[in-house]
Amino acid sequence: MKVEQISIFIENKSGRLAEITRILGEAGINIRALSLADTSDFGILRLIVNDRENAKIVLKEKGFTVSKTEVVAVEVPDKPGGLYQILRILDSEAINVEYMYAFVERCGENAVIIFRFDETDKAIKTLVDNGFNVLDGERLYSM
Amino acid sequence: MYYNEEFETLPRPALEALQLKRLKNTLLRVYTNVPFYRGALNRAGITPNAVNSLDDLRKLPFTFKQEMRDSYPYGLFAAPMDDIVRIHASSGTTGKPTVVGYTRKDIDIWAELMARSFVAAGVHKGDIIHNAYGYGLFTGGLGAHYGAEKLGASVIPMSGGNTKRQIMIMKDFGSTVLTCTPSYSLFMAEAAKEEGIDFKKLSLHVGIFGAEPWSETMRSEIETKLNLCAIDIYGLSEIMGPGVAIECREAKNGLHIWEDHFIPEIIDPESGELLPSGDKGELVITTITKEGIPLIRYRTRDITSINYEPCVCGRTHARIARMSGRSDDMLIIRGVNVFPSQIESIIMGIEGVEPHYLLIVDRKENLDTLEVQVEVDEKLFSDEVKHLQRLSQAIEKEIKDTLGITCKARLVEPKTIQRSEGKAKRVIDNRKL
Repeated sequence: MKVEQISIFIENKSGRLAEITRILGEAGINIRALSLADTSDFGILRLIVNDRENAKIVLKEKGFTVSKTEVVAVEVPDKPGGLYQILRILDSEAINVEYMYAFVERCGENAVIIFRFDETDKAIKTLVDNGFNVLDGERLYSM
Repeated sequence: MYYNEEFETLPRPALEALQLKRLKNTLLRVYTNVPFYRGALNRAGITPNAVNSLDDLRKLPFTFKQEMRDSYPYGLFAAPMDDIVRIHASSGTTGKPTVVGYTRKDIDIWAELMARSFVAAGVHKGDIIHNAYGYGLFTGGLGAHYGAEKLGASVIPMSGGNTKRQIMIMKDFGSTVLTCTPSYSLFMAEAAKEEGIDFKKLSLHVGIFGAEPWSETMRSEIETKLNLCAIDIYGLSEIMGPGVAIECREAKNGLHIWEDHFIPEIIDPESGELLPSGDKGELVITTITKEGIPLIRYRTRDITSINYEPCVCGRTHARIARMSGRSDDMLIIRGVNVFPSQIESIIMGIEGVEPHYLLIVDRKENLDTLEVQVEVDEKLFSDEVKHLQRLSQAIEKEIKDTLGITCKARLVEPKTIQRSEGKAKRVIDNRKL
Protein backbone atom coordinates (compact mmCIF):
# COMPACT_ATOMS: atom_id res chain seq x y z
CA MET A 1 0.00 0.00 0.00
CA LYS A 2 2.96 2.23 0.47
CA VAL A 3 5.37 3.66 -2.03
CA GLU A 4 9.09 4.06 -1.43
CA GLN A 5 10.33 7.48 -2.44
CA ILE A 6 13.95 8.46 -2.61
CA SER A 7 14.99 11.83 -1.20
CA ILE A 8 18.29 13.47 -2.08
CA PHE A 9 19.94 16.46 -0.40
CA ILE A 10 21.15 19.06 -2.90
CA GLU A 11 23.25 22.09 -2.14
CA ASN A 12 22.22 25.21 -4.01
CA LYS A 13 25.09 25.23 -6.45
CA SER A 14 24.88 24.84 -10.18
CA GLY A 15 25.00 21.46 -11.81
CA ARG A 16 23.92 19.30 -8.90
CA LEU A 17 20.48 18.52 -10.32
CA ALA A 18 21.98 17.77 -13.73
CA GLU A 19 24.57 15.53 -12.09
CA ILE A 20 21.90 13.49 -10.32
CA THR A 21 19.86 12.95 -13.47
CA ARG A 22 23.04 12.05 -15.35
CA ILE A 23 23.99 9.42 -12.79
CA LEU A 24 20.55 7.88 -12.83
CA GLY A 25 20.42 7.98 -16.59
CA GLU A 26 23.75 6.23 -16.93
CA ALA A 27 22.61 3.51 -14.54
CA GLY A 28 19.53 2.93 -16.63
CA ILE A 29 17.19 4.12 -13.90
CA ASN A 30 13.89 5.66 -14.91
CA ILE A 31 12.35 8.52 -12.97
CA ARG A 32 8.57 8.08 -12.68
CA ALA A 33 7.73 11.17 -10.65
CA LEU A 34 9.66 13.96 -9.05
CA SER A 35 9.30 16.98 -6.84
CA LEU A 36 11.89 19.52 -5.84
CA ALA A 37 11.52 21.36 -2.56
CA ASP A 38 13.81 24.31 -2.30
CA THR A 39 14.95 26.90 0.18
CA SER A 40 17.49 29.63 -0.48
CA ASP A 41 20.22 27.40 0.89
CA PHE A 42 19.47 23.88 -0.27
CA GLY A 43 16.96 21.65 -2.03
CA ILE A 44 15.49 18.24 -1.45
CA LEU A 45 14.83 16.23 -4.57
CA ARG A 46 12.14 13.59 -4.17
CA LEU A 47 11.95 10.83 -6.73
CA ILE A 48 9.86 7.80 -7.50
CA VAL A 49 12.11 5.55 -9.62
CA ASN A 50 11.74 2.10 -11.08
CA ASP A 51 14.87 0.64 -9.42
CA ARG A 52 15.15 2.06 -5.95
CA GLU A 53 17.99 -0.06 -4.63
CA ASN A 54 20.25 0.63 -7.56
CA ALA A 55 19.38 4.32 -7.50
CA LYS A 56 20.47 4.56 -3.87
CA ILE A 57 23.69 2.70 -4.57
CA VAL A 58 24.81 4.74 -7.56
CA LEU A 59 23.91 8.05 -5.93
CA LYS A 60 25.66 7.23 -2.67
CA GLU A 61 28.73 6.13 -4.61
CA LYS A 62 28.92 9.58 -6.06
CA GLY A 63 28.71 11.12 -2.62
CA PHE A 64 25.08 12.16 -2.42
CA THR A 65 23.10 11.93 0.79
CA VAL A 66 20.09 9.76 0.07
CA SER A 67 17.23 8.55 2.21
CA LYS A 68 14.03 6.56 1.79
CA THR A 69 10.62 7.86 2.70
CA GLU A 70 7.24 6.14 2.75
CA VAL A 71 4.64 7.95 0.67
CA VAL A 72 1.16 7.09 -0.50
CA ALA A 73 -0.13 7.08 -4.08
CA VAL A 74 -3.83 7.75 -4.49
CA GLU A 75 -6.03 7.66 -7.56
CA VAL A 76 -7.79 10.97 -8.02
CA PRO A 77 -10.73 11.53 -10.39
CA ASP A 78 -9.33 13.63 -13.21
CA LYS A 79 -11.92 16.35 -13.07
CA PRO A 80 -12.46 19.60 -11.20
CA GLY A 81 -13.04 18.94 -7.52
CA GLY A 82 -11.35 15.55 -7.66
CA LEU A 83 -8.48 16.54 -5.38
CA TYR A 84 -10.79 18.48 -3.08
CA GLN A 85 -12.78 15.32 -2.33
CA ILE A 86 -9.67 13.62 -1.02
CA LEU A 87 -8.35 16.55 0.98
CA ARG A 88 -11.77 17.08 2.55
CA ILE A 89 -11.80 13.55 3.95
CA LEU A 90 -8.23 13.83 5.24
CA ASP A 91 -9.04 17.14 6.89
CA SER A 92 -12.02 15.69 8.69
CA GLU A 93 -9.73 13.10 10.30
CA ALA A 94 -7.13 15.74 11.10
CA ILE A 95 -4.53 14.04 8.96
CA ASN A 96 -1.74 16.40 8.00
CA VAL A 97 -0.31 16.50 4.47
CA GLU A 98 3.42 17.29 4.63
CA TYR A 99 3.72 17.59 0.87
CA MET A 100 2.27 16.20 -2.36
CA TYR A 101 2.98 16.06 -6.05
CA ALA A 102 1.52 14.48 -9.16
CA PHE A 103 2.56 11.28 -10.87
CA VAL A 104 3.39 11.33 -14.56
CA GLU A 105 1.22 8.40 -15.69
CA ARG A 106 -2.50 8.10 -15.39
CA CYS A 107 -4.21 5.11 -13.92
CA GLY A 108 -7.02 4.46 -16.34
CA GLU A 109 -9.16 7.56 -16.25
CA ASN A 110 -7.67 8.82 -13.04
CA ALA A 111 -4.74 11.00 -12.12
CA VAL A 112 -2.34 9.78 -9.45
CA ILE A 113 -1.15 12.00 -6.61
CA ILE A 114 1.73 11.17 -4.30
CA PHE A 115 1.19 12.24 -0.68
CA ARG A 116 3.47 12.37 2.31
CA PHE A 117 1.42 12.21 5.52
CA ASP A 118 2.38 12.71 9.15
CA GLU A 119 0.38 9.56 9.98
CA THR A 120 0.77 7.25 6.99
CA ASP A 121 -1.18 4.22 8.26
CA LYS A 122 -4.09 6.27 9.54
CA ALA A 123 -4.21 8.13 6.22
CA ILE A 124 -4.27 4.92 4.18
CA LYS A 125 -7.07 3.49 6.30
CA THR A 126 -9.08 6.69 6.05
CA LEU A 127 -8.72 6.84 2.28
CA VAL A 128 -9.59 3.18 1.77
CA ASP A 129 -12.55 3.41 4.17
CA ASN A 130 -13.86 6.30 2.13
CA GLY A 131 -13.63 4.48 -1.14
CA PHE A 132 -10.43 5.87 -2.56
CA ASN A 133 -7.97 3.66 -4.37
CA VAL A 134 -4.49 3.55 -2.86
CA LEU A 135 -1.94 2.19 -5.28
CA ASP A 136 0.75 -0.24 -4.31
CA GLY A 137 4.39 0.73 -4.82
CA GLU A 138 5.22 -2.24 -6.99
CA ARG A 139 2.49 -1.23 -9.39
CA LEU A 140 3.71 2.36 -9.52
CA TYR A 141 7.40 1.82 -10.18
CA SER A 142 6.81 0.19 -13.51
CA MET A 143 3.62 1.88 -14.54
CA MET B 1 48.56 66.96 28.03
CA TYR B 2 48.65 64.18 30.63
CA TYR B 3 46.13 62.87 33.11
CA ASN B 4 48.84 61.96 35.59
CA GLU B 5 51.97 63.81 34.51
CA GLU B 6 54.15 62.63 37.36
CA PHE B 7 53.68 58.93 36.66
CA GLU B 8 53.31 59.13 32.89
CA THR B 9 56.65 60.90 32.53
CA LEU B 10 58.49 59.14 35.37
CA PRO B 11 62.16 58.80 34.40
CA ARG B 12 63.08 55.20 33.51
CA PRO B 13 65.29 54.47 36.54
CA ALA B 14 62.50 55.56 38.92
CA LEU B 15 59.91 53.69 36.86
CA GLU B 16 61.95 50.50 36.93
CA ALA B 17 62.60 50.77 40.64
CA LEU B 18 58.86 51.15 41.15
CA GLN B 19 58.22 48.13 38.95
CA LEU B 20 60.56 45.98 40.99
CA LYS B 21 59.01 47.03 44.27
CA ARG B 22 55.50 46.33 42.98
CA LEU B 23 56.56 43.04 41.41
CA LYS B 24 57.90 41.78 44.71
CA ASN B 25 54.65 42.78 46.47
CA THR B 26 52.64 40.97 43.83
CA LEU B 27 54.72 37.83 44.11
CA LEU B 28 54.27 37.79 47.84
CA ARG B 29 50.55 38.32 47.40
CA VAL B 30 50.04 35.44 44.95
CA TYR B 31 52.42 33.13 46.78
CA THR B 32 50.46 33.63 49.98
CA ASN B 33 46.92 33.68 48.60
CA VAL B 34 46.79 31.62 45.42
CA PRO B 35 47.48 27.87 45.71
CA PHE B 36 48.08 27.64 41.97
CA TYR B 37 50.89 30.22 42.10
CA ARG B 38 52.38 28.83 45.29
CA GLY B 39 52.64 25.47 43.58
CA ALA B 40 54.01 26.93 40.35
CA LEU B 41 56.64 29.03 42.13
CA ASN B 42 57.68 26.15 44.36
CA ARG B 43 58.04 23.88 41.34
CA ALA B 44 60.19 26.52 39.65
CA GLY B 45 62.27 26.70 42.82
CA ILE B 46 61.53 30.40 43.31
CA THR B 47 60.38 32.16 46.44
CA PRO B 48 59.15 35.77 46.37
CA ASN B 49 62.35 36.88 48.13
CA ALA B 50 64.47 35.40 45.38
CA VAL B 51 63.43 38.11 42.91
CA ASN B 52 65.71 41.10 43.37
CA SER B 53 65.96 42.61 39.94
CA LEU B 54 63.72 42.91 36.93
CA ASP B 55 66.06 40.48 35.17
CA ASP B 56 64.78 37.78 37.54
CA LEU B 57 61.34 38.08 35.97
CA ARG B 58 62.30 35.66 33.21
CA LYS B 59 62.90 32.95 35.78
CA LEU B 60 59.25 32.99 36.77
CA PRO B 61 56.79 30.52 35.21
CA PHE B 62 54.27 31.60 32.58
CA THR B 63 50.53 31.65 33.14
CA PHE B 64 48.40 30.24 30.34
CA LYS B 65 44.75 30.83 29.50
CA GLN B 66 44.17 27.12 30.01
CA GLU B 67 45.19 27.55 33.64
CA MET B 68 42.64 30.32 34.07
CA ARG B 69 40.04 28.02 32.59
CA ASP B 70 41.07 25.20 34.92
CA SER B 71 40.58 27.51 37.90
CA TYR B 72 37.07 28.45 36.85
CA PRO B 73 35.51 30.42 38.32
CA TYR B 74 37.44 31.99 41.20
CA GLY B 75 40.47 29.71 41.65
CA LEU B 76 43.07 32.35 40.81
CA PHE B 77 41.60 35.16 42.91
CA ALA B 78 44.11 36.58 45.40
CA ALA B 79 41.54 38.46 47.46
CA PRO B 80 38.60 37.18 49.49
CA MET B 81 35.22 37.38 47.70
CA ASP B 82 34.13 40.02 50.21
CA ASP B 83 36.73 42.34 48.75
CA ILE B 84 35.76 41.62 45.16
CA VAL B 85 33.44 44.39 44.00
CA ARG B 86 33.21 43.51 40.30
CA ILE B 87 33.31 40.35 38.23
CA HIS B 88 33.86 40.25 34.46
CA ALA B 89 34.35 37.38 32.05
CA SER B 90 35.51 36.72 28.54
CA SER B 91 35.69 33.80 26.15
CA GLY B 92 37.41 30.68 27.30
CA THR B 93 38.62 28.08 24.80
CA THR B 94 35.43 26.03 25.20
CA GLY B 95 32.05 26.83 26.65
CA LYS B 96 33.27 28.25 29.94
CA PRO B 97 34.43 31.86 30.10
CA THR B 98 37.56 33.03 31.92
CA VAL B 99 36.55 34.97 35.00
CA VAL B 100 38.29 38.00 36.52
CA GLY B 101 37.58 39.78 39.79
CA TYR B 102 38.34 43.37 40.87
CA THR B 103 38.77 44.90 44.30
CA ARG B 104 37.79 48.52 44.82
CA LYS B 105 41.41 49.53 44.37
CA ASP B 106 41.58 47.54 41.11
CA ILE B 107 38.52 49.40 39.81
CA ASP B 108 40.05 52.76 40.77
CA ILE B 109 43.32 51.93 39.04
CA TRP B 110 41.46 50.75 35.94
CA ALA B 111 39.51 54.02 35.85
CA GLU B 112 42.73 56.01 36.23
CA LEU B 113 44.52 54.10 33.45
CA MET B 114 41.52 54.52 31.18
CA ALA B 115 41.43 58.24 32.03
CA ARG B 116 45.14 58.46 31.17
CA SER B 117 44.35 56.68 27.92
CA PHE B 118 41.59 59.14 27.06
CA VAL B 119 43.87 62.11 27.63
CA ALA B 120 46.69 60.51 25.61
CA ALA B 121 44.19 60.20 22.76
CA GLY B 122 43.32 63.87 22.97
CA VAL B 123 40.14 63.67 25.04
CA HIS B 124 39.49 66.24 27.80
CA LYS B 125 36.94 66.61 30.55
CA GLY B 126 34.68 68.80 28.47
CA ASP B 127 34.12 66.03 25.95
CA ILE B 128 30.90 64.10 25.44
CA ILE B 129 31.85 60.47 25.04
CA HIS B 130 29.64 58.21 22.94
CA ASN B 131 30.50 54.80 24.37
CA ALA B 132 29.39 52.08 21.98
CA TYR B 133 31.50 49.28 23.48
CA GLY B 134 29.29 46.50 24.83
CA TYR B 135 28.15 46.84 28.43
CA GLY B 136 27.92 43.64 30.41
CA LEU B 137 30.34 40.87 31.29
CA PHE B 138 32.57 42.20 28.53
CA THR B 139 35.09 44.68 29.99
CA GLY B 140 34.88 47.16 27.09
CA GLY B 141 31.75 49.10 27.98
CA LEU B 142 32.22 49.55 31.71
CA GLY B 143 35.99 50.01 31.33
CA ALA B 144 35.59 52.99 29.02
CA HIS B 145 32.68 54.24 31.11
CA TYR B 146 34.50 54.45 34.42
CA GLY B 147 37.52 56.02 32.75
CA ALA B 148 35.33 58.67 31.17
CA GLU B 149 33.68 59.51 34.49
CA LYS B 150 37.05 59.58 36.25
CA LEU B 151 38.28 62.05 33.69
CA GLY B 152 35.16 64.12 34.27
CA ALA B 153 33.86 63.87 30.73
CA SER B 154 30.16 63.30 30.00
CA VAL B 155 29.66 59.67 29.06
CA ILE B 156 26.66 58.40 27.09
CA PRO B 157 26.36 54.65 27.84
CA MET B 158 25.15 53.54 24.40
CA SER B 159 26.57 49.98 24.27
CA GLY B 160 26.28 48.28 20.87
CA GLY B 161 23.42 47.81 18.44
CA ASN B 162 20.47 49.96 17.36
CA THR B 163 22.71 51.81 14.96
CA LYS B 164 20.15 54.19 13.50
CA ARG B 165 19.29 55.37 16.98
CA GLN B 166 22.96 55.74 17.84
CA ILE B 167 23.46 58.05 14.84
CA MET B 168 20.51 60.17 15.89
CA ILE B 169 21.84 60.48 19.44
CA MET B 170 25.35 61.22 18.21
CA LYS B 171 23.92 64.10 16.23
CA ASP B 172 21.38 65.39 18.75
CA PHE B 173 23.52 64.97 21.89
CA GLY B 174 26.56 66.45 20.21
CA SER B 175 28.91 63.54 20.94
CA THR B 176 32.53 64.61 20.54
CA VAL B 177 34.31 61.31 21.17
CA LEU B 178 33.41 57.85 19.87
CA THR B 179 34.52 54.60 21.50
CA CYS B 180 33.71 51.30 19.76
CA THR B 181 35.30 48.60 17.61
CA PRO B 182 36.91 49.87 14.39
CA SER B 183 34.64 47.77 12.17
CA TYR B 184 31.53 49.03 13.96
CA SER B 185 32.65 52.60 13.36
CA LEU B 186 32.63 51.95 9.62
CA PHE B 187 29.26 50.29 9.92
CA MET B 188 28.01 53.44 11.67
CA ALA B 189 29.45 55.53 8.87
CA GLU B 190 27.42 53.59 6.32
CA ALA B 191 24.27 53.83 8.44
CA ALA B 192 24.75 57.59 8.79
CA LYS B 193 25.15 57.93 5.04
CA GLU B 194 21.86 56.11 4.55
CA GLU B 195 20.21 58.54 6.95
CA GLY B 196 21.66 61.43 5.02
CA ILE B 197 23.85 62.47 7.93
CA ASP B 198 27.26 63.90 7.14
CA PHE B 199 29.98 63.15 9.69
CA LYS B 200 31.61 66.45 8.78
CA LYS B 201 28.62 68.16 10.36
CA LEU B 202 28.86 66.11 13.57
CA SER B 203 30.98 67.18 16.51
CA LEU B 204 33.24 64.13 16.77
CA HIS B 205 36.95 64.95 16.94
CA VAL B 206 38.47 61.68 18.13
CA GLY B 207 37.61 57.99 18.14
CA ILE B 208 39.23 55.34 20.32
CA PHE B 209 38.99 51.95 18.68
CA GLY B 210 39.99 48.52 19.94
CA ALA B 211 38.88 44.99 20.84
CA GLU B 212 40.01 43.75 17.43
CA PRO B 213 43.09 44.21 15.22
CA TRP B 214 42.93 46.90 12.54
CA SER B 215 45.38 48.19 9.92
CA GLU B 216 46.73 51.61 9.00
CA THR B 217 44.65 51.40 5.85
CA MET B 218 41.55 50.97 7.94
CA ARG B 219 42.62 53.91 10.07
CA SER B 220 42.77 56.16 7.02
CA GLU B 221 39.38 54.95 5.92
CA ILE B 222 37.86 55.61 9.35
CA GLU B 223 39.46 59.04 9.65
CA THR B 224 38.15 60.04 6.24
CA LYS B 225 34.66 58.66 6.61
CA LEU B 226 34.08 59.75 10.21
CA ASN B 227 36.06 62.97 10.07
CA LEU B 228 37.96 62.36 13.28
CA CYS B 229 41.36 61.29 14.62
CA ALA B 230 41.35 57.50 15.04
CA ILE B 231 43.36 56.13 17.97
CA ASP B 232 44.18 52.51 18.78
CA ILE B 233 43.59 51.14 22.28
CA TYR B 234 44.62 47.75 23.63
CA GLY B 235 43.37 45.72 26.53
CA LEU B 236 42.31 42.26 27.63
CA SER B 237 40.07 41.25 30.48
CA GLU B 238 42.60 38.84 31.98
CA ILE B 239 44.97 41.75 32.57
CA MET B 240 42.36 44.42 33.27
CA GLY B 241 40.17 45.48 30.34
CA PRO B 242 40.60 48.35 27.85
CA GLY B 243 43.29 50.81 28.80
CA VAL B 244 46.26 48.47 29.19
CA ALA B 245 47.92 50.37 26.35
CA ILE B 246 47.02 53.42 24.24
CA GLU B 247 48.38 55.25 21.20
CA CYS B 248 49.32 58.83 21.93
CA ARG B 249 47.82 61.52 19.73
CA GLU B 250 51.18 63.16 19.28
CA ALA B 251 52.94 60.23 17.65
CA LYS B 252 50.29 57.66 16.68
CA ASN B 253 53.19 55.26 16.44
CA GLY B 254 52.85 52.43 18.92
CA LEU B 255 50.74 52.06 22.05
CA HIS B 256 52.14 53.12 25.43
CA ILE B 257 51.65 50.31 27.92
CA TRP B 258 51.24 51.63 31.47
CA GLU B 259 54.45 50.24 32.91
CA ASP B 260 53.83 51.38 36.47
CA HIS B 261 51.07 48.73 36.50
CA PHE B 262 52.13 46.18 33.88
CA ILE B 263 55.51 44.74 32.93
CA PRO B 264 55.59 43.67 29.26
CA GLU B 265 57.92 41.11 27.72
CA ILE B 266 58.18 39.75 24.19
CA ILE B 267 58.95 36.05 23.84
CA ASP B 268 59.31 33.47 21.13
CA PRO B 269 55.98 31.61 21.38
CA GLU B 270 57.58 28.24 20.58
CA SER B 271 60.62 28.30 22.85
CA GLY B 272 59.47 30.77 25.51
CA GLU B 273 62.79 32.64 25.18
CA LEU B 274 62.89 36.36 25.80
CA LEU B 275 63.32 38.43 22.63
CA PRO B 276 65.09 41.79 22.38
CA SER B 277 63.12 44.99 21.89
CA GLY B 278 62.14 45.55 18.31
CA ASP B 279 61.67 41.83 17.61
CA LYS B 280 58.18 40.53 16.92
CA GLY B 281 56.93 37.86 19.26
CA GLU B 282 54.24 37.01 21.76
CA LEU B 283 53.35 39.66 24.33
CA VAL B 284 53.64 38.46 27.94
CA ILE B 285 52.27 40.71 30.69
CA THR B 286 52.82 40.67 34.46
CA THR B 287 50.40 42.73 36.53
CA ILE B 288 52.10 44.48 39.43
CA THR B 289 49.29 46.35 41.18
CA LYS B 290 46.21 44.15 40.76
CA GLU B 291 44.78 42.70 43.95
CA GLY B 292 41.81 40.66 42.74
CA ILE B 293 43.48 38.46 40.17
CA PRO B 294 47.15 39.33 39.70
CA LEU B 295 48.80 37.40 36.86
CA ILE B 296 52.46 36.50 36.51
CA ARG B 297 53.88 36.41 32.99
CA TYR B 298 50.50 35.90 31.30
CA ARG B 299 50.73 34.60 27.74
CA THR B 300 48.42 36.92 25.80
CA ARG B 301 48.92 35.13 22.45
CA ASP B 302 49.01 38.55 20.79
CA ILE B 303 51.93 39.15 18.43
CA THR B 304 53.73 42.50 18.69
CA SER B 305 57.09 44.10 19.48
CA ILE B 306 58.32 46.54 22.14
CA ASN B 307 59.90 49.92 21.56
CA TYR B 308 61.73 51.64 24.43
CA GLU B 309 62.76 54.69 22.36
CA PRO B 310 61.71 58.02 23.88
CA CYS B 311 58.43 59.26 22.43
CA VAL B 312 57.69 62.82 21.30
CA CYS B 313 54.72 62.90 23.66
CA GLY B 314 57.09 62.79 26.62
CA ARG B 315 55.66 59.63 28.15
CA THR B 316 58.42 57.32 29.33
CA HIS B 317 56.35 54.12 29.20
CA ALA B 318 57.36 51.73 26.40
CA ARG B 319 55.28 51.33 23.29
CA ILE B 320 54.00 48.10 21.76
CA ALA B 321 53.40 47.97 18.03
CA ARG B 322 49.90 47.54 16.59
CA MET B 323 48.83 43.93 17.03
CA SER B 324 49.63 41.88 13.98
CA GLY B 325 47.98 38.59 14.77
CA ARG B 326 47.68 35.77 17.28
CA SER B 327 49.91 32.84 18.08
CA ASP B 328 46.86 30.65 18.62
CA ASP B 329 43.74 30.03 16.56
CA MET B 330 41.53 32.54 18.30
CA LEU B 331 39.31 34.62 16.03
CA ILE B 332 37.91 38.03 16.80
CA ILE B 333 34.48 38.43 15.26
CA ARG B 334 32.81 41.82 15.75
CA GLY B 335 35.04 42.35 18.75
CA VAL B 336 34.10 39.03 20.34
CA ASN B 337 36.79 36.43 20.99
CA VAL B 338 35.90 33.08 19.47
CA PHE B 339 37.86 29.87 19.47
CA PRO B 340 37.03 27.36 16.70
CA SER B 341 37.01 24.69 19.39
CA GLN B 342 34.10 26.45 21.07
CA ILE B 343 32.07 26.29 17.90
CA GLU B 344 33.10 22.71 17.46
CA SER B 345 31.81 21.70 20.88
CA ILE B 346 28.54 23.52 20.25
CA ILE B 347 28.04 21.83 16.88
CA MET B 348 28.95 18.40 18.23
CA GLY B 349 26.41 18.94 20.99
CA ILE B 350 23.63 19.00 18.40
CA GLU B 351 22.50 15.48 17.81
CA GLY B 352 23.70 13.72 14.74
CA VAL B 353 26.20 16.28 13.55
CA GLU B 354 29.52 14.86 12.41
CA PRO B 355 32.82 16.65 13.07
CA HIS B 356 33.04 17.91 9.52
CA TYR B 357 32.46 21.60 9.73
CA LEU B 358 34.06 24.66 8.26
CA LEU B 359 34.03 28.23 9.56
CA ILE B 360 34.15 30.94 6.96
CA VAL B 361 34.84 34.38 8.35
CA ASP B 362 34.38 37.39 6.12
CA ARG B 363 33.70 41.07 6.30
CA LYS B 364 30.68 42.35 4.42
CA GLU B 365 29.84 46.04 4.49
CA ASN B 366 32.25 46.51 7.36
CA LEU B 367 30.73 43.92 9.63
CA ASP B 368 32.31 40.57 10.34
CA THR B 369 30.25 37.61 9.22
CA LEU B 370 30.55 33.99 10.26
CA GLU B 371 29.25 31.12 8.18
CA VAL B 372 29.26 27.69 9.78
CA GLN B 373 29.16 24.95 7.17
CA VAL B 374 28.02 21.52 8.33
CA GLU B 375 27.89 18.40 6.18
CA VAL B 376 24.54 16.67 5.80
CA ASP B 377 25.11 12.94 5.95
CA GLU B 378 22.49 10.24 6.15
CA LYS B 379 22.11 10.50 9.89
CA LEU B 380 21.36 14.17 9.70
CA PHE B 381 19.29 14.20 6.52
CA SER B 382 15.55 14.52 6.70
CA ASP B 383 13.12 14.33 3.85
CA GLU B 384 11.32 17.37 5.16
CA VAL B 385 12.59 20.89 4.56
CA LYS B 386 11.36 22.07 7.93
CA HIS B 387 13.55 19.56 9.78
CA LEU B 388 16.66 20.67 7.96
CA GLN B 389 15.73 24.29 8.51
CA ARG B 390 15.24 23.57 12.18
CA LEU B 391 18.71 22.07 12.25
CA SER B 392 20.22 25.22 10.73
CA GLN B 393 18.29 27.33 13.16
CA ALA B 394 19.34 25.17 16.10
CA ILE B 395 22.99 25.64 15.17
CA GLU B 396 22.55 29.40 14.81
CA LYS B 397 20.63 29.67 18.07
CA GLU B 398 23.10 27.58 20.09
CA ILE B 399 26.00 29.65 18.84
CA LYS B 400 24.14 32.88 19.55
CA ASP B 401 23.09 31.78 23.04
CA THR B 402 26.49 30.41 24.03
CA LEU B 403 28.91 32.80 22.36
CA GLY B 404 26.78 35.82 21.65
CA ILE B 405 27.60 35.87 17.95
CA THR B 406 25.19 35.79 15.06
CA CYS B 407 26.20 33.31 12.40
CA LYS B 408 24.69 31.74 9.31
CA ALA B 409 24.52 27.96 9.35
CA ARG B 410 24.81 26.39 5.93
CA LEU B 411 24.13 22.75 5.24
CA VAL B 412 26.42 21.29 2.58
CA GLU B 413 26.73 17.99 0.80
CA PRO B 414 28.88 15.29 2.39
CA LYS B 415 32.59 15.17 1.58
CA THR B 416 32.61 18.75 0.34
CA ILE B 417 34.56 19.93 3.39
CA GLN B 418 38.20 19.11 2.92
CA ARG B 419 39.58 16.26 4.96
CA SER B 420 43.20 16.42 5.97
CA GLU B 421 45.93 14.15 7.23
CA GLY B 422 46.93 16.22 10.20
CA LYS B 423 45.09 19.02 11.92
CA ALA B 424 41.95 19.78 9.95
CA LYS B 425 41.72 23.26 8.52
CA ARG B 426 38.58 24.44 10.21
CA VAL B 427 38.70 28.12 9.48
CA ILE B 428 38.87 30.16 6.32
CA ASP B 429 39.33 33.83 7.16
CA ASN B 430 38.66 35.92 4.08
CA ARG B 431 39.02 39.24 5.81
CA LYS B 432 41.93 41.33 4.68
CA LEU B 433 42.81 43.51 7.60
